[in-house]
Amino acid sequence: MEQERIRNFSIIAHIDHGKSTLADRILELTETVTGREMRAQVLDTMELERERGITIKAQAVRVLWKGSQLNLIDTPGHVDFTYEVSRSLQACEGALLVVDAAQGIEAQTVANAYLAIENDLEIVPVVNKIDLPQGDPDGAAAEIAELVGDKPERVLRISAKTGEGVEAVLDAIVERIPAPAGDPEAPARALVFDSSYDQYRGVVAFVRMVDGSFHARERLRAMAQGTRFEAEEVGFFSPTMRAADSLTAGEVGYVITGLKDVSRLRVGDTLTSEEQPAAEPLPGYKDVKPMVFAGLFPTDSDDYPDLRDALERLKLNDAALFYEPETSQALGFGFRCGFLGLLHMEIVRERLEREFDLDLIVTAPNVAYRVLTKAGEEVEVHNPAEMPREIERVEEPYIRASIIVPKDFVGSVMELNTERRGRFDHMEYLSEQRVLLMYELPLGEIVLDYYDQLKSRTRGYASFDYDVTGFREGQLERVDVLIAGEPVDALSLIVHRDGAYARGRALVDRLREEIPRQFFDVPVQAAIGSRVIARETIKAKRKDVLAKCYGGDITRKRKLLERQKAGKKRMKQVGAVEVPQEAFLAVLNLDGGKK
Amino acid sequence: MSGGGVRHLYVHLPFCASRCGYCDFVTVVGRSGQHRAYVDALLSELALERELLAPRLESVFLGGGTPTFTEGAELARLLGSLPAADEVTVEANPETVTPELARLLRERGVNRVSLGAQSFRPHLLSVLDRRAGPDDVRSAVYALRDARFDNISLDLIYGIPGQSAADLDADLSNALALEPEHLSCYELEAKPGTRFTHAHGSELARQAEAMESYFEHVVARVTAAGYRWYETANFCRPPHLADGRDLRSRHNLAYWRGRDYLGLGIGAVSTIDGQRWRVTPSLGRYLAALAAGSRPPRELEELPPEVREGERVMLGLRLDEPLVLDGLEGALDGEALERLERLGLVRAEQTAAGRELALTERGRFLGGGVTADLLA
Repeated sequence: MEQERIRNFSIIAHIDHGKSTLADRILELTETVTGREMRAQVLDTMELERERGITIKAQAVRVLWKGSQLNLIDTPGHVDFTYEVSRSLQACEGALLVVDAAQGIEAQTVANAYLAIENDLEIVPVVNKIDLPQGDPDGAAAEIAELVGDKPERVLRISAKTGEGVEAVLDAIVERIPAPAGDPEAPARALVFDSSYDQYRGVVAFVRMVDGSFHARERLRAMAQGTRFEAEEVGFFSPTMRAADSLTAGEVGYVITGLKDVSRLRVGDTLTSEEQPAAEPLPGYKDVKPMVFAGLFPTDSDDYPDLRDALERLKLNDAALFYEPETSQALGFGFRCGFLGLLHMEIVRERLEREFDLDLIVTAPNVAYRVLTKAGEEVEVHNPAEMPREIERVEEPYIRASIIVPKDFVGSVMELNTERRGRFDHMEYLSEQRVLLMYELPLGEIVLDYYDQLKSRTRGYASFDYDVTGFREGQLERVDVLIAGEPVDALSLIVHRDGAYARGRALVDRLREEIPRQFFDVPVQAAIGSRVIARETIKAKRKDVLAKCYGGDITRKRKLLERQKAGKKRMKQVGAVEVPQEAFLAVLNLDGGKK
Repeated sequence: MSGGGVRHLYVHLPFCASRCGYCDFVTVVGRSGQHRAYVDALLSELALERELLAPRLESVFLGGGTPTFTEGAELARLLGSLPAADEVTVEANPETVTPELARLLRERGVNRVSLGAQSFRPHLLSVLDRRAGPDDVRSAVYALRDARFDNISLDLIYGIPGQSAADLDADLSNALALEPEHLSCYELEAKPGTRFTHAHGSELARQAEAMESYFEHVVARVTAAGYRWYETANFCRPPHLADGRDLRSRHNLAYWRGRDYLGLGIGAVSTIDGQRWRVTPSLGRYLAALAAGSRPPRELEELPPEVREGERVMLGLRLDEPLVLDGLEGALDGEALERLERLGLVRAEQTAAGRELALTERGRFLGGGVTADLLA
């Protein structure tokens, strides 16, 4: 189709603000799916996504509206996936920014709107759920107009649920979003904005044709990586895979590469024609940098190969996931994994447990540190236990946090942020009641329980989002834990000097609760270098007997002992001390809240 | 008459006047109309199993329930029909022990009575739902002494909700004052999900720390009074304080030494030749089967050699005499054994009898956990 009549767009919305419902209505209205085919929320395919109300992988669906070709490029809803969002946004010229009439703008909306604006996208503001009796469409429209710098009357008002106003949205897409501006005659260039792996067809690349066109059976090349392959098939989703003869400039679709190894085609690369290659690749995407790290260990060490295979499989569809083998003296063989953020970590853990049926211990998350050693060596540290002892300087990642709260909670949020070494940037009233607070915070201060604390101190009202802004020097200390004199690598943590004593104390108290009493006294210490900053003793057990045991009791008592023995086997041996796996998670939750 | 080799017989008499909250034995409340039928059934069952028994038994033990709640005539008929044994024990609740009952037991060959005193503190007895008062215990002991019983055992329970250290001390003093030949002291087991735990669980949890030393205190007091701590929960007067008699319970020693035993009655367990079985706990099904002349339904458990070896270790280490390891090495975790020896909880020695294993004094207080560690 000629580029004039193509529109590529995304929908940006906070979770539950109706993105999927709107996508469903668009598919129906454009008769892309018939009522019989209509499955609620067609675009969210994975079970997990359905349950959590989020979408992990971007996909693109083509619809036709009044003679125009509209490509809806799905974006993940959460900023953990900022990287994926920005990839998807780069394939678009515009975005629908959807806000719930009852909820108003959320922190995620703000973060994603900024991303869209930074990508020069035309934003079409939409207030959804106008059918809700408790909604305030005018208030929401005012907020959204203020955010994107548009007039409130240009904000579309719809109910994706009933379909009211959705046609106007389709018209606005055609009217307001510019057509793609590539050169159909130039040598072909296409951005790979996502990929997926199919066990029969290999790597499937989702592409946005920028210049020129691709044909089925054409030989293609990935410009950055140099990977060559034949396009076994090209086509688009509508909503299922439809093969086509070609993909032309401005269009969005897929290329079946036949590649059996996902690492040979990186998302962000530019595909071009082997026959008539382009001179320059498209501006690439930045390399994705995991910022949050945690150790993943199988509860049963026999499952290590299964865990490795599962991570390999996940990595096929999740370019952002990073992992490398890790050996812990306490937890055995496992992997140190890098994630985009906490939600990403949570999703990976759940997928490993659910889809691959693995039983895992996940150690407390930490951030990436840039360390300059006294020897003048620069290293990036992903694991507190590997923090060098002779340090010249440590840098830690910082975030720009957007927090939206009702004005009554501003004080509590400020207090929390001060505790977490936050630096106040500015605040603005979104409305009479709601305030947007912008803070700079070390990422390391939010990876443990910041979100829970924020929610509990604002009675659940706070909405929070962040993006990483860069690295900054910090006065950080490595705190080690010793159980019966043995350092336990999996429990080391890196904390700010001012908080080291309190954290060490909290950790030791927590371990005293988590580690069962043994046959002997067990000292538990927290130390910075050789200086002990906190100490507790787990007192030896004084009795542990089965009170009575006669002829009728023997089988039951034997089974009791067998269970006791099995329980001991599940524990990890630290020197002579049996430490339950839960204890290794003690650092996750130091502020005493219940899990 | 019979050609078997089993020398220990247990007979279960399930009837009780009422049910105590903490009790988890197979019991039947009241039903005096069924005592006769039950004794009939027991005797039929005995006839069916008789060939398993040796011609002369070492021990017979009548447990319950409350054996002495069984109607006197029926109890007498049962005792008169059981095979003779060197040690014949009957469990009794204090309030059931009248001079008449004591005489009846004595005349029918009973030579040892195990009295369920549990406590001498009225408020604790009421927590346990016990019907007897402290004076009932004393009168029961006197009645038994009058009937010339020279082997009386008292059961005490400690760790009762609300029991202070002073309460425990008073219980021990009261029990020792009666100069029993034998004492069994059990820590109260509040099993999850029972009515008792529901009612008292939180109180017990609150007191757990305070009660931690009770076991040590019991052992210290009772051994200071000259008793031998011969099994985890059992004490007896040693021979030099008992005219040279060995007052350990012969019947229970059989369990702890891994001997075979036959159990009769509902819920009773037998272990013979590598098989263990438990008779149905249902009174109705038990009576019906035996009335029809057939064996009551049982739940059978095979005991493969490694399980039997493990049990020998578990049971043997409860005693104060060393366990001869001959043939039991495979049941042990060698690494754990070394570790526990280093911790001073276990002692292994080579003697003329072979390799022997025993718990140290501290090891005995931790016997459950130590045994769990030791087993392969």
